[in-house]
Amino acid sequence: MEQSGNAMGAGSALLSDGRIGTLVGAIADWATSTDHKKIGRLFAGFGLLGLVAVSVVAILRSLDAVADLDAFNGQQLNQFAQLHHFGMVLMVALPLTLGLSIAVTPMQVGARSIAFARMTLLGFYMWLAGAVLIAVAILNGGGIGGADGDMVDLSLAAMILMMLGVVAAAISVATTVLTSRAPGITMRRVPFFSWTALVQAIALVVTAPVMVGLTILLFVDHRNSALVFGNSDALADWLPRFFSAPMVYIYAIPVLGVFAELLPVSVSRRHPMRQLVFAGSALVGVASFSGVTMQNDFPVDFSASGQDVVKSLVVMAFFVGLPLLGIVITLLTAPLVAKPDGSSSSKPRILSPMLFGLLATLLFLLGAVVGVLIQVVDLELAGTAAVEGSVALVCLAAAVGSMGGLIFWAPKFSGFKRDEKKVLPLALLGALGVVLAGAPAVIAGLADSDATIFSTLTLVGYALMALTVLAFAGATRGGTADGTSNPWCAHTIEWSTSSPAPADNYAALATVRSAEPELDQTPEGSPS
Amino acid sequence: MTLALPSGPAPAPRRQLLVGSTLAGLAGTTLIGGMLAVWLLERQQVVDAGERFPMKYIIPEVATNVMLITIFGLCFFAQWAVYSARRQDRGHTGLALSVVAILALSFINAQAFVYSQMEVELAEGVYGALFYAVTGTMMALVIVGLIFTVVAAFRTLGGRDWQSEIVSAHALYWYFAAAAYSAVWFVVYVTK
Repeated sequence: MEQSGNAMGAGSALLSDGRIGTLVGAIADWATSTDHKKIGRLFAGFGLLGLVAVSVVAILRSLDAVADLDAFNGQQLNQFAQLHHFGMVLMVALPLTLGLSIAVTPMQVGARSIAFARMTLLGFYMWLAGAVLIAVAILNGGGIGGADGDMVDLSLAAMILMMLGVVAAAISVATTVLTSRAPGITMRRVPFFSWTALVQAIALVVTAPVMVGLTILLFVDHRNSALVFGNSDALADWLPRFFSAPMVYIYAIPVLGVFAELLPVSVSRRHPMRQLVFAGSALVGVASFSGVTMQNDFPVDFSASGQDVVKSLVVMAFFVGLPLLGIVITLLTAPLVAKPDGSSSSKPRILSPMLFGLLATLLFLLGAVVGVLIQVVDLELAGTAAVEGSVALVCLAAAVGSMGGLIFWAPKFSGFKRDEKKVLPLALLGALGVVLAGAPAVIAGLADSDATIFSTLTLVGYALMALTVLAFAGATRGGTADGTSNPWCAHTIEWSTSSPAPADNYAALATVRSAEPELDQTPEGSPS
Repeated sequence: MTLALPSGPAPAPRRQLLVGSTLAGLAGTTLIGGMLAVWLLERQQVVDAGERFPMKYIIPEVATNVMLITIFGLCFFAQWAVYSARRQDRGHTGLALSVVAILALSFINAQAFVYSQMEVELAEGVYGALFYAVTGTMMALVIVGLIFTVVAAFRTLGGRDWQSEIVSAHALYWYFAAAAYSAVWFVVYVTK
């Protein structure tokens, strides 16, 4: 009774000082806001939550293999494997990169709001509802190979809902970049991150509906007769096409934008080869053809005749090689930017978000290289753990790069610049986690081995990923607010508005005369 | 030291609705295209096995052809609405949008007629699931278009400011729907 009385007293105290009211008000504000910065952060926040959940699932999977627990039966392990695989793509990489795009892109192009803000919010809720329902369905016997027919149907319906939400959000991002740029921001002057957001959005607009259409067919068939595609096991012939290389590359495209955006900032110099970065990230968008054609298998058999090798090599080079080339091109522009040319007297700085972006791009490259190797028949990697390893490398690289973006643009969201000393080690920790989470599976595939050491390393990798997210959440609380609008001395237009940016971003639209308008305003800057 | 940027001129017309509708049309094209690709794949397997596709159903081709004519006629009236809206002709805009809505309802009615005439069993054979999935998705796209027409009518005729862009965007959507149905008509009802 006394405890109950104390609880009631505490509740009354909360009510009396208005904290509950404030909390409810804040939740209602965030849940119904059409401010793109809040919608984007909702996407990204749930993406980080998804990363923790996926890491826990991966740890449970690995733990079962490492300790030989036999705690889970075959069906449960299948459910964990699916939650892990689908989760990395749909609940981690996709919301983090898309959320960052929604939060940042309108500010970067000088728009006061995102195009179709209410549709973007609806897209978020459709994605969230779909993600929750997929998790519930799979845990209750749904998904590929699921034993419960109703839950299999639910998982398919949830996937349709989720991808329709993603299309809605992607249309908003693409329309913003195409139509809402401030005067002077021509397509050639669009910031790198916004360009990659545009490439990703268009790639999603063309590929996600194909997945929706296929899933509708699978749903209608499975719900009624299962005569066209077969039972739930047959879903494995169709759905994974959208969750493996090269299709997954489109979920990580904005990582290249984070890297390309931050590199010139860290050396206080204009990017000399902007078109190369544009071309590089657009080439990664070629991966969307894999989704449109529902193909992820482009085998190259070097033991075949010369003509056959050339034929298969051309196809593979288009679908898988061009995206890899795009990443390489983007990375190769780095020395051009970093090379001193006497135009700036500032010393290069190691910015923590830049480190996130660089490491994420390198890991993305690693994942894409594995994606090419999987296609080589002679290596016998197709169908092995290497496939999951490549997906892990790409998707978790997307997560690390997005964290860098969230740190970089934090002053525009909250007004606080995060403590560099706290977040810098997280970039290294996160990158180590990605390597350990993905690379052992690739090596296990190459070695055709299921030795315990690989599962152990994977377990450690995901534990580090979960730790990185938790530490990231802690490190991104607070920081320093020096009152300036541009604490990083960054170059793009969003840094001309106050920090945090107001709900409508800009009080007055600025005149933009170059791709680096903020650099034009410094005494040593001059328009390019 | 960073200085504030000077204010710029007023932004150019955004045409967000037109660009958004174009992207939605692009998404719809890949949606229907992907479904028809799977249809053709499954059809080929049935034909290769020496069977007819559909096995036993008779397609009421008069109704499906009328649906094709209806949706192209609908585009004509949608374009009339655009023409009138640009001239701020309230009467003709309202009339054209009303005809568009009636034709869209007619299309849905004709699709329901096709369903009732064919009596395809959903749980029987390969054809049923594919048929209802593809034609049902097409009908859903037409229902979305109908809603778009109603919204365009409210915002054009009932709004404080005259908006012709939404009427143009709505017409663009119907052009996409006509193209999508042409593909469905050819693959599902003609080649079978």
